[in-house]
Amino acid sequence: MTDRKKVVEILLAMAKVLEENKEYLTDLDNVIGDGDHGINMARGFAEVEKQADALEQKDIGNILKTVGMTLVSKVGGSSGPLYGTAFMKAGMVIGAKDEIDISDFLSGLETGIEGVKARGRSTTGEKTMLDAMVPALEAMKEKQAAGADTSEILAAGAAAAEEGVEATKPLIATKGRASYLGERSIGHQDPGATSFTLMLKEIAKAY
Amino acid sequence: MVGIVVVSHSERLAESIVDLTKMMADGAHIAAAGGLEDGSFGTSYERIKAAIDQVYSEDGVVVLMDMGSAVMTTEMVLDEYDSAKVRMADAPVVESAVAASVSAMCGSDLEAILEEIEDVKNTPKF
Repeated sequence: MTDRKKVVEILLAMAKVLEENKEYLTDLDNVIGDGDHGINMARGFAEVEKQADALEQKDIGNILKTVGMTLVSKVGGSSGPLYGTAFMKAGMVIGAKDEIDISDFLSGLETGIEGVKARGRSTTGEKTMLDAMVPALEAMKEKQAAGADTSEILAAGAAAAEEGVEATKPLIATKGRASYLGERSIGHQDPGATSFTLMLKEIAKAY
Repeated sequence: MVGIVVVSHSERLAESIVDLTKMMADGAHIAAAGGLEDGSFGTSYERIKAAIDQVYSEDGVVVLMDMGSAVMTTEMVLDEYDSAKVRMADAPVVESAVAASVSAMCGSDLEAILEEIEDVKNTPKF
């Protein structure tokens, strides 16, 4: 089981990895977007980091909802409403729990992904974060059904997300700023899929 | 009078569109919500909310957005308001800001302004 303290520790690890990869994500976004993804994600999670002590006092559903609201108000780019919606929806489905297990996590992620699809009016194959999120979720559900433990499930999810990022390279962007590039977006990996993968890898590392 | 909010990634762009409307409709209740709090490019939840509050009345508010996060962030802000009173319009921002502010000054109601914006969207420039 994962308690409130561990959830906050994982959020802090995400903040750290996003800060460390700020330039990298921004460079990826410079090529096919508006060049702010790394800066935006690092800014949003730096705010989450500031709230760490207060977050730990909340139940897990409320931790995630608060993180979502913080990302919506502080990120400033599309990743704000998208990741913000994902965290808020996950928080709603997880609810007032002080401990969660892998099933709670997967149902939170699934609801969060539905939120991203609705908010972005998007689906897989459009060169977005969904191209890492959806295969990761599918791989984890498959592992869970096969009776794997939490650590194996999360490792499979992180691996599938990484493959998902690679698979965005040949895609033509049809959503977001990259869609203005049309075919010129081919050959470049999606920054949002990349940031999701960095975050999921931090969750996997914690188990 | 129906209020109008212009949401853009750029602070200067949003403010300039508001200024431009004053050529024909000085006195319209129109507010800019451009850029982030520090003036850099992006869309700010707080700025959009503050702009809506600034021009809000029982007559309602029309929100015009540029692209991407401007649309998505506005949608999230709108969750806090009565969905019948604060409405987003999907149309070219400059032209619809001018049309909407003139129409609002002339006393049109929210539905009439939304219809005019729809006309703007469907009117070719040449």
